Amino acid sequence: MQEIMNRMKARAIALLADGTVSRVMGWEKGEGEYDWSPALFENAEEMEAFVYGDYAGANLSKYCLKLGKLEGKTLVILKPCDTLSFKQLIHEHRLEREKFYIIGAGCTGMKDEKGALLKCNACKSKEFAIYDEIIDSEESRKPTGVMDRMAGVADLEQMTAQERYDFWQGELSRCIRCNACRNVCPACTCIKCVFDNPASGVQSKAPVTSFEENMFHIIRAYHVAGRCTDCGECSRVCPQNIPLHLLNRKLIKDMNELYGEYQAGEGDEERTPLTSYTKEDAEPGIVHERGRA
Amino acid sequence: MRKFAADQLTKIISSISTPVYAPVEDGSMVVYDRYEDGMTLRLDKVGTDKTPKDILFPQWENLMHFRMEGKTIQLTEEERAKEDYVIFGVRACDIQAIKVLDRVFLADPIDTYYAARREHGTIVGLACGEPAKSCFCKNFGVDPAKPDADVVLWPAGDCWYCEAYTDKGRALMESWPTEAADEAAVETIKAEIAVKYDALPFAKLNLNGFDGDHLMEKFDSPKWKKLSMPCLGCGSCTFACPTCQCYDIRDYDTGNGIQRYRCWDSCMYSDFTLMAHGTNRPTQVERYRQRFMHKLVYFPSRNDGMYSCVGCGRCIEKCPMNLNIVKVIKALGEGDSND
Amino acid sequence: MSVNNPNWKPKIVAFCCNWCSYAGADLAGSGRMNYPADVKIIRVPCSCRVNPLFILRAFERGADGVIICGCHPGDCHYTSGNYYARRRLTMLFSLLDYLGIERDRTRVEWVSAAEGAKFAKTMNEFVETIYSLGENRKLSDIRCKKS
Repeated sequence: MQEIMNRMKARAIALLADGTVSRVMGWEKGEGEYDWSPALFENAEEMEAFVYGDYAGANLSKYCLKLGKLEGKTLVILKPCDTLSFKQLIHEHRLEREKFYIIGAGCTGMKDEKGALLKCNACKSKEFAIYDEIIDSEESRKPTGVMDRMAGVADLEQMTAQERYDFWQGELSRCIRCNACRNVCPACTCIKCVFDNPASGVQSKAPVTSFEENMFHIIRAYHVAGRCTDCGECSRVCPQNIPLHLLNRKLIKDMNELYGEYQAGEGDEERTPLTSYTKEDAEPGIVHERGRA
Repeated sequence: MRKFAADQLTKIISSISTPVYAPVEDGSMVVYDRYEDGMTLRLDKVGTDKTPKDILFPQWENLMHFRMEGKTIQLTEEERAKEDYVIFGVRACDIQAIKVLDRVFLADPIDTYYAARREHGTIVGLACGEPAKSCFCKNFGVDPAKPDADVVLWPAGDCWYCEAYTDKGRALMESWPTEAADEAAVETIKAEIAVKYDALPFAKLNLNGFDGDHLMEKFDSPKWKKLSMPCLGCGSCTFACPTCQCYDIRDYDTGNGIQRYRCWDSCMYSDFTLMAHGTNRPTQVERYRQRFMHKLVYFPSRNDGMYSCVGCGRCIEKCPMNLNIVKVIKALGEGDSND
Repeated sequence: MSVNNPNWKPKIVAFCCNWCSYAGADLAGSGRMNYPADVKIIRVPCSCRVNPLFILRAFERGADGVIICGCHPGDCHYTSGNYYARRRLTMLFSLLDYLGIERDRTRVEWVSAAEGAKFAKTMNEFVETIYSLGENRKLSDIRCKKS
């Protein structure tokens, strides 16, 4: 990873120098070994602080929404899973391709203080969905992540409705409505979220009742259904350790089973399962026939 | 100075006749919750995931309810707390945080909801035998070895040393099966804590220049832009913070009346202090600056130098992008402001 | 549960599309077919106008069951609205079921303007189902329950 980082740094400095890009979106080290933060570098001197490696877990695609509005091109470092989020934003016309220079970054699985990130345990792919150039290594092309991505969802589906209800109440009751899951999500791109909008009738700053807890998480997961690439950032950032990815993965699993395999951000098809249909689609009553009641 | 054997601890907590709030396990988290037999007590955890602020100033609370009765409005005010309770095992930083809250809520006009809860609570402090590496409390005048509480506990492996400092504390400790203990043993523990603290990475930060005299200099610093750049604008830091006290008052239409409640607000949010003309902090740069300027400059300049950061380290633990107040202090405190 | 409160009567919200199902409800009425008064109809331009928040808000404010009625697939006034609605509602209902909300509280039925009898029958069945499920407690806001 050190070698990848050095090549990346040299390349970024060269691209800054020849004027191809005006800034570089990457990471810098914090106070300790683990606490890396996303950072913006505007010249070779600042690039001294640039790092890439095992603690570059954050998905930088979300920052591109702001960076895309600046003058000139931005160089952004994207790991394989991050490129899916970026490509999905291109599909949704939220980003302009020509505003970015993408370095696809080889990844051997990311970590934090507690060990491998949850999203990396079930790594989807080492392929880059979109890039200008790739800086990787033999090592980073090998598949990582051996866990079945949908195992957690399948376990819940096997429970009774009451067991599922108890499980989710236990998890969601910890929610403090800090909105970290929403704000970090590269698919959450509304300029004004319905939960911040006083005119929506559902604006709230605290999960006052169990209904408000449920509603926020249903709508958050549902609104990104079909657009969620399963980048895992929502669960990573939750300060209350709520397994939010289990909601997103349930929707992905359902869409795959009912409407055919689909990975948001992959390929060139802009339509998602929820913005398309076939005449032979299952009726909503199918919910009554699947899993346990 | 008194002491009791370590195995007496849960018995003592169970014997307290009023409700006891203590750090307990909730899944993978440690939060202050009403202690009941069978719960897993976590007095070892420094920097609990949620703070004792939850008890004195809960995330949301009802203030009043109104409904139309014919042509009159019937108004029912929420009752103030009137039951005594104990918060058990509060660290020195969190106790300092309560004093920060006191400055805000007990100043004129007194917040009677907060005041009632404050009055009925007895606080059992807990010295930090093992400060965490994210701790930096001494920078703000907090002594991790000597919490300023009604009763203070010092951990000593096979026993707990304890001492009551107020009438409330003495009343609480009266029924505890304690025996007289040697003051010197506690002094040793205190000295050990001081040594452990001094070895921490953020033990000594340079706070020179974080005061009202340097307000504009700090406010106008060009560094805020870069510092705030990775900020997502979520409320993790504010909600994990033991001193953040901003709140919003909202009305919920229940269909048969209006429930007025207040809930925590966050200066990180785009609609924080939104006014008719719009917002005076249009981007995350201003919001981010507000949070740290409030803690390190505005608050001390109006409260005899008392910072509204207590060095508990929770923002270090919780920020999804690893931003925190230590980074801000280091970035803005160096060079020019060391006079 | 209904057994606990003998006076409990279910509240059912039915979102009906303007072109087929609302006309179907009208036909049921003019044909003097019986269906329970517990059903409150909300007219929408198309079944795909039903935002998931509408359904959640109905439950929040005390609905015990929510049913969405639209034109039969292929007959949508706007050509394809109900095809989209079909996928969206399937996913929403599945998510609610996943969260442990009783799956029988939500339903979709295609009712044409000529199917007054089907409308009445559907509503009778649905109310019956909700009676057997009892009061909605899992997905309602307790603040709305206080009188």
